[in-house]
Amino acid sequence: MKNEYDIIVVGAGPAGSMAARFAAEQGLSVLMLEKDRDVGYPVRCGEAISKKGVEEFIPSDEKWITAHINKFSMNSPDGTEVIIEFDDEGYVLERRIFDYELAKIAAIAGTEILTRAYVNGLLFNNGKVSGVKYEFRGEQKEAKGKIVIAADGVESRVGRWAGLKTHIDFREMECCAQITASNISVDKNTCYFFFGEDVSPGGYFWIFPKGSDIANIGLGVSGIVGKKRSALSFLNQFMDKHHPNSPVLTSIAGGVPCSVTLDKISAPGIMLVGDAARQVNPLSGGGIASGMIGGSIAGKIAGEAIKMNKLDHIFSYDKEWHNRIGKRHEIYNRIKVGIYKFSDDKFNKIAHSFTKVPYEKRTLGRLFTTALWNQPSLLIDVAKVFIV
Amino acid sequence: MIEILPDKCDFCGCCVGVCPEDAIELKEAEIFIIDPRCTNCAKCIWSCPIEVIRFNKEGVT
Repeated sequence: MKNEYDIIVVGAGPAGSMAARFAAEQGLSVLMLEKDRDVGYPVRCGEAISKKGVEEFIPSDEKWITAHINKFSMNSPDGTEVIIEFDDEGYVLERRIFDYELAKIAAIAGTEILTRAYVNGLLFNNGKVSGVKYEFRGEQKEAKGKIVIAADGVESRVGRWAGLKTHIDFREMECCAQITASNISVDKNTCYFFFGEDVSPGGYFWIFPKGSDIANIGLGVSGIVGKKRSALSFLNQFMDKHHPNSPVLTSIAGGVPCSVTLDKISAPGIMLVGDAARQVNPLSGGGIASGMIGGSIAGKIAGEAIKMNKLDHIFSYDKEWHNRIGKRHEIYNRIKVGIYKFSDDKFNKIAHSFTKVPYEKRTLGRLFTTALWNQPSLLIDVAKVFIV
Repeated sequence: MIEILPDKCDFCGCCVGVCPEDAIELKEAEIFIIDPRCTNCAKCIWSCPIEVIRFNKEGVT
């Protein structure tokens, strides 16, 4: 193994693998370090994504698709169900296979990958990041890199070491608990969402099918709510009430940073991608597609910078991300802040009025428009979302 | 002082993300608080989805 590379990627999730792939495809030497022993495991995700989000980077493959989604079921606190059908298909993934596949593509492009490699520091040269320190099977090692791409997830520390402010306000952290349970009778093509004080205040509760009798069941609550009550206690309450005898195959915790992107996602010698850069869609909490986009942009720009021998070029990443996705997330974030303040009564009223909308005219856009009818300032934001 | 119960922890990283002091070290299945940096702000406790972080018996001084 070498100890000097053009690019070092920290973290082998979707964002890291995309960054590695797009850099390696330009003929650069790339090393990707993963702290866990397996790429793709443990999974910390609801696993839902749009087909469009996937196919921008990889052709759909049944081996990592567990469910094809064409309906959303939105449930208000009083039990009113609003079903929205849509043409654009969605998937519930098997992330442990999906992530593995993305890493494989990066590897085929020429990326070297090391698992159980825990990055615990950075190397600097004249104030510029010039590599990483990492622990590998009990040994402390170093690897030099012209550019380090930090894809180290919600727990990102690499950016902090480079002087970027990456810690997330606890109020913007959605603290999540999820189980994958069997013997759950839900429609295998519908993603279910539940809102309200009783199930998931300041967030939502989800059931995403992974086949006909198995589903990811979970919720996220803001750290503010967590002060009084944990995500786990909401999950246990829901399962005791609705599915007391469902065997649990997987049980996980996780944090989703639901905020706008960090102000700065690049600094001399370093770029941040995915959850580490806070590139999650703050309204839905979805981060796979946006992380892959962030990773691909970073990998492309990092490669260009090295080929041009102009490392300052990496600073153009901030603007490219902002124009492509970041500015849209700012709007989503404003909508999120508005919706989080809704009372149970308001959710119920929205559901009641929406059930009067003819089935074929129901769209997510229309639902949000109905939801925000009494808040004109947010309506403008919503309009922008569906125009861009 | 704050403590993380390692036997109950899922190593999800939620607490690391909200820690303003970079005072939590998380490896694959190993987690600990870097005591000299911790200010007992409790943000990690509030953010833990599964209630495995707490003030230990000595409490805050």
